[in-house]
Amino acid sequence: MSWVWATAASFFGAVISALGMGGGGILLIYLTAYLGMSQLEAQGINLVFFLPVAAVALVIHAKHKLIRWKVVLPFVALGLPAVWLGAWLAQKAGSDLLSKLFGGFLLVIGLRELFSKAPSKHKD
Amino acid sequence: MKQGKRWLAWPMGLAVGLLNGFFGSGGGMVGVPMLRFMGLETQECHATCIAIIAPLAAASTGFYLYQKAFALQDALRYLPGGLAGALVGAWLLPRLKTVWIRRGFGVLILLAAVRLLTR
Repeated sequence: MSWVWATAASFFGAVISALGMGGGGILLIYLTAYLGMSQLEAQGINLVFFLPVAAVALVIHAKHKLIRWKVVLPFVALGLPAVWLGAWLAQKAGSDLLSKLFGGFLLVIGLRELFSKAPSKHKD
Repeated sequence: MKQGKRWLAWPMGLAVGLLNGFFGSGGGMVGVPMLRFMGLETQECHATCIAIIAPLAAASTGFYLYQKAFALQDALRYLPGGLAGALVGAWLLPRLKTVWIRRGFGVLILLAAVRLLTR
């Protein structure tokens, strides 16, 4: 039966990822809390999982002209070196600390999203 | 986009990259509000964020593989569900009301946080 849960977690994780809503959180929770995988291993799997999901989503979003390519470039230019620093720090931190930090991070971001002002400035 | 805020992309890119490498996810959870702050429409924020995270995630993956943090074949079983989910999610984005996207986003992240902190 484990493949059913694996497929369900990856399916919903990908739906949320393609919506740009942080689907990584879903697969990570499944891998760590349900399968008991270490945080670092789960993070690696989550990263490689995101690549084909993003590719599919990007083709469709580009068709709908929802991507602002001009913004993408500067983000990625400084993001790339930062990725290496982050990944290096993750190795240093180790899985147990990482998992707690990630939980705290999610808590802050979630509360912020839930209780932030309604986006009334834009047409919804 | 508000012209005066375009320079913010540089420090924000730094933050998103750091998170992506450190947590193997989460760059989007910070990137989306950042893009919104820069003046992008909600749906554009979410779509653009994926375009930003994809190359960063590719770089992170390389680093994690190099560090032997995980085995590539262990990710294979998540591919079919992932591809199907990506199609559904990408189809949904232009059709969802933005207020629901934001609320759903907040609730999902909180659930994940509680689960992680209480296990």
